[in-house]
Amino acid sequence: MQVTAKDSANLRLGSLEELEQLRSELKAAEDPNQTRIIVCHGTGCIANGSAGVTQALKDALAAAGEDIEVMPGIKTTGCHGFCSRGPLVIIKPKNIFYQQVKPKDAEEIVQKTIQAGETVERLLYEHPQTGEKIETTEDIPFYAGQQRVVLANIGQIDPTKIDDAMRAGAYAGVAKALTNMEPQQVIDAVINSGLRGRGGAGFPTGIKWNLAAKHQGGQKYVLCNADEGDPGAFMDRSVMEGDPHAVVEGMIIGGYAIGADTGYVYVRAEYPLAIKHLEKALVDARAYGLLGENILGSGFNFDIRINRGAGAFVCGEETALMRSVEGKVGEPVPRPPYPSDKGLFGKPSVLNNVETWANVSRILDKGADWFAGLGTEKSKGTKVFALVGKVNNVGLVEVPMGIKLREIVMEIGGGVPGSDHFKAVQTGGPSGGCLPWQDAELPVDFDSLIAAGSMMGSGGMIVMDDRDCMVDVAKYFLGFLEEESCGKCFPCRLGVPRLRETLNRFSKGEGTVQDIDDLYSLAEAIKAGSLCALGGTAPNAVLSTLRYFRDEYEAHILEHRCPAGVCKDLITYSIDPEVCTGCRACTRACPQDAISGEKKKPHTIDESLCIRCGMCFESCKFGAVQVQ
Amino acid sequence: MAQTAIDIDIDEIIERYPGKPEYLIFLLQDIQEAFNYISAEALTLVCDHTGVPESQAYAVATFYNSFSLEPKGENIVHVCLGTACHLKGSGLIAENLMRKLGLDGPGTTEDLKYTVETVNCLGACALAPVALVNGDYQPKVTSPKLMKTVQKLGDE
Amino acid sequence: MLSLTIDGKKVEAEAGWSLLDTARQHGIEIPTLCYHEAVEPFGACRLCVVELKQGNNSRLVASCVYPAEEGLEVYTDSEKVNNVRRWILEMLLSECPASSEIRQMAAQYGVETTRFEISDPEQECILCGLCVRACAQVVGANAISTVGRGAQKEIGSPYLTPGDDCVACGTCVTVCPTGAMSARFERVRGVPAVVMVRSVKG
Repeated sequence: MQVTAKDSANLRLGSLEELEQLRSELKAAEDPNQTRIIVCHGTGCIANGSAGVTQALKDALAAAGEDIEVMPGIKTTGCHGFCSRGPLVIIKPKNIFYQQVKPKDAEEIVQKTIQAGETVERLLYEHPQTGEKIETTEDIPFYAGQQRVVLANIGQIDPTKIDDAMRAGAYAGVAKALTNMEPQQVIDAVINSGLRGRGGAGFPTGIKWNLAAKHQGGQKYVLCNADEGDPGAFMDRSVMEGDPHAVVEGMIIGGYAIGADTGYVYVRAEYPLAIKHLEKALVDARAYGLLGENILGSGFNFDIRINRGAGAFVCGEETALMRSVEGKVGEPVPRPPYPSDKGLFGKPSVLNNVETWANVSRILDKGADWFAGLGTEKSKGTKVFALVGKVNNVGLVEVPMGIKLREIVMEIGGGVPGSDHFKAVQTGGPSGGCLPWQDAELPVDFDSLIAAGSMMGSGGMIVMDDRDCMVDVAKYFLGFLEEESCGKCFPCRLGVPRLRETLNRFSKGEGTVQDIDDLYSLAEAIKAGSLCALGGTAPNAVLSTLRYFRDEYEAHILEHRCPAGVCKDLITYSIDPEVCTGCRACTRACPQDAISGEKKKPHTIDESLCIRCGMCFESCKFGAVQVQ
Repeated sequence: MAQTAIDIDIDEIIERYPGKPEYLIFLLQDIQEAFNYISAEALTLVCDHTGVPESQAYAVATFYNSFSLEPKGENIVHVCLGTACHLKGSGLIAENLMRKLGLDGPGTTEDLKYTVETVNCLGACALAPVALVNGDYQPKVTSPKLMKTVQKLGDE
Repeated sequence: MLSLTIDGKKVEAEAGWSLLDTARQHGIEIPTLCYHEAVEPFGACRLCVVELKQGNNSRLVASCVYPAEEGLEVYTDSEKVNNVRRWILEMLLSECPASSEIRQMAAQYGVETTRFEISDPEQECILCGLCVRACAQVVGANAISTVGRGAQKEIGSPYLTPGDDCVACGTCVTVCPTGAMSARFERVRGVPAVVMVRSVKG
């Protein structure tokens, strides 16, 4: 969708002064002390029904009508991060935090909080350990332990309104770069900030830009890798949904720095809301003249287009992503030549991921020194993690680099349900590895994670407890990569399935200790021999679990036992006659008719018929079905 | 919901993009969305428009997961097999659903009523295990719950 | 002229040469499967990997695509290199057991048997993609391509049925390193296209 010439002529910002004037007008128009209701409309909260909550709040406000002195505005925002507690409603300016809000709560919120200034106790967050009710966002441990740089505006602004983003400071970095700095100064600022790529490998961003910038003149490109394929990771989705202008802004700055006039965002098709918000951001930025020709009167031209991914994890690899943007099969190609010399359409190109681009906006706005003051010596800044799995507070967290693993999981994450420790934390997606509880004090930064046999990756952090089997986890990731391997290079195409087959045998209680030694040797060949990082890191899931959980492998092979009770061939289901009420739920659920027993009397499972599908386990409301 | 083939003019879709190879995937995506699959005729039209050899377009159409060369079912269920969902038993949920619908693996039922697909992470991990039924998120889904939702669709 | 060492021997290379070009120019043998002079190097089979050493660091690169650079220290026969080759060859023995070329090459690396399951005893195709590249880059016919991806990948014409694009020139047969093409070509000579080189469906 293009804005018409007339519209854009009306809104176009021709200079830095016009931008600053607009910003101060926007700020003046909104009183920060005014009461406002914020409803989270991230994918998680929407799926939990937040759109219905918004409507109910609107209706309740309308019904209260003249009884309300100053009618508060309702703002829908991107993801607040605390997804397991959604739908979330926050009342400004006091930041009263209501969680798991239902449409039927709307009336009470309006009557008590908006009209009478009281809090609705039962909607407050309760500290899982102390049981204390917590009133405001800042005091909730999940938020208190975070340092929000990339996520700063998410949850504060309406991502579909550029004016709201402008009020929060959007495009200040672009303004500074384009009107006050030479391209090389921009690159130097990014180098001095110490920013390293947030997509996984951690390559210094500014150095990468320099390599592309050294090609004088000619067509160049910047690209945004928004093909967030790691299972268990949704940082980039939330940034695009909640603050798309941060990504657009970063790319404009990058384009200016290396001399590119076109940017491409390659987004997963599984993220429809992110695509919608990005598209809206592009239209609005064009209308303000922040994209297009002669941006802010600087003489710099730049525009961005969006490519939707078509379902191939390997396209997260930079050369494969570029082939896909060219309309081709997404197979990686060997480097050199590096994309900074010969990338998209054979032209010098710079690819960074969503979080990296968002950081660039902040660095240009607040300065390289400010950024370099965050994090550790070699890993500057913050990192956003998707904290998921067996953890109380599931959601998005942003923390300074170097924070201890334990602090993220046990403090911000609120610990593991029913346990005082985690069994393992998986970082780095399929390329990464599992870190054990012994590593709880490990500082989370690029280099420490690699030394521990895992990696930062894009930021998935999956918490596992004693009911999770490490052989099964390794098998899961290899199965994933086997499905996603492009099949071009032989070590990956042939080797990953062989690793997975070996683990399959282990999970059936078959195999020998010799097989473990062979695994190491084959893993080494795949790591060293593969063409791209998908194959090059594929064995990490096996290697890291073997490194820390070898005894669990041996239990499968030598004792034919799955200690976690996961591997189908090594477990049995049974019904505890003491607990069973004979309600028949399991009998109805069992697809094999393996469960029998009279009504209201304890049932039994016929093991010879049982296929271990777990349906009885799921259907039992009394916890009578046991796994051994 | 996809429109029926009769309502949509394939030429209109083809004309949305310039005739360059880089628009091959855009075109295949739009056709997939409109018709639920990419027919041999549609693939030929796309090749004529973009100048991509048919063998290469076929390679692309079979490389990416989101393209289907055969019609999909009326109702599409995606079961997420991302890590968070995997840990919470989504593999069994997918297996149970497919068994119930008489499918050996991901695919379409013979009566073209259902297509079951697995997807590697919908990025909605707080809702794990999660499924999409015709695009609607089903948070914290269980086998019985999902069956119920799916059966309801069949009755409509 | 660039100067580098391969297996401890000082050698010279012209700018633009790959490491494979350089080694072969100096009579140093490096095995390859997906490489052919007539088409662009592809870097897929990874048999041509060599070890680059820089101080204490070392890594493997595909010599067919890696450019000769001044001062490089290259090893073509190290344990790291041979571990990769042995595993690839052993896995190929189970993937395409019908190929005598693969059996011979494996034997040179001491790999006589495979511990992996053989799914198709007739299979010869190793999916090196030489036929596809030759058909596109040399002939310009673009009659065949890879189909699918990963372990399910195969090679054939669209819909794995005869089309009009094949000109029956036989170039694919000439470049095929295992003879997979000629066996299939015999079978489809009567029809106007190469129907299918390798299918996972058998």
